[in-house]
Amino acid sequence: MNDKAHQRAEAHAHAILRWSDDSAHDIDETARYPLMTEAIRQILVEKGFISADTVRRLIEQMEARSDVTGGTIVARAWVDPAFKARLLANAKEAIADLGIPEVDATHLIVVENTETVHNVVVCTLCSCYPRTVLGMPPEWYKSKAYRSRVVREPRAVLKEFGTELADTVTVRVHDSNADMRYLVLPMRPPGTEGWSEDALAHLVTRDCMVGVTVPRVPAQAHAG
Amino acid sequence: MSPAAVSPRRFAPGDRVTVVYTHPPGHRRIPSYIRGKLGLVERYCGAFPNPEELAYGFDGLPARHLYRVRFQQTAIWPAYNGPAHDTLDLEIYEHWLRPAEEDVS
Repeated sequence: MNDKAHQRAEAHAHAILRWSDDSAHDIDETARYPLMTEAIRQILVEKGFISADTVRRLIEQMEARSDVTGGTIVARAWVDPAFKARLLANAKEAIADLGIPEVDATHLIVVENTETVHNVVVCTLCSCYPRTVLGMPPEWYKSKAYRSRVVREPRAVLKEFGTELADTVTVRVHDSNADMRYLVLPMRPPGTEGWSEDALAHLVTRDCMVGVTVPRVPAQAHAG
Repeated sequence: MSPAAVSPRRFAPGDRVTVVYTHPPGHRRIPSYIRGKLGLVERYCGAFPNPEELAYGFDGLPARHLYRVRFQQTAIWPAYNGPAHDTLDLEIYEHWLRPAEEDVS
């Protein structure tokens, strides 16, 4: 076997060393961190510092968070103007009042869509995302294409998501590059008068709260 | 809880600020595309341990003031394809900001 063939065989045999999802971070960096993380996890478990069950439970909790929480917050803001005002002024206190357990909204900023302003959120540096209220970020949110393009051509990117905005609407991009996290408060769609809070919450999907789309009433929807 | 910053705040909402244009080595939280650009302080976010120090295992203290600054898209991207009222907001630590009048080169 010549050197090049040998290198190829080695690379194939150690595929995990080349692992990359080509998403949040530089390719060379992602190659080593999952491996290091797994090695440290195994050592900590072997030495009894943490249990395998603790790791499992924390992952379970992390992945159990979802956009249902965000939808609940938005629906309340739609039906309760006083709550909405508090939410926009101080999300942490407003969400604490709502009594949703275990939601840490310490550094959350809620930005409101109106007839004249449309908000969209990105993290250009990595993949910062309001996980406590939306759960895990979608793959596209972490992709280099979304992160690099939405700051510089937001209208083109929104159009690709099926969201076309008039030039009279101000597009406001939020680059979540430091310590704050952002949640978009969409506009309540027409045709939802008299809907229950629960029915409204179901209209508010993850993508609406990132700001790449807006809530819509499905054809022939019935008030719930 | 945000740890207390030792210095008083230098900026208030509405202030015109310019982002320092420099490219030092090391971990920087400020995207390259915004360095040297002119914006308006939108709000004060609180004081946070300096991420440029945290990245290397230091405590990041004293905490640094963090602001949200709003920029016109057309001021960031000369070829921006959209109306002049489109904006981009991002968070910037105080030591990366200067009053707009000052020379930041």
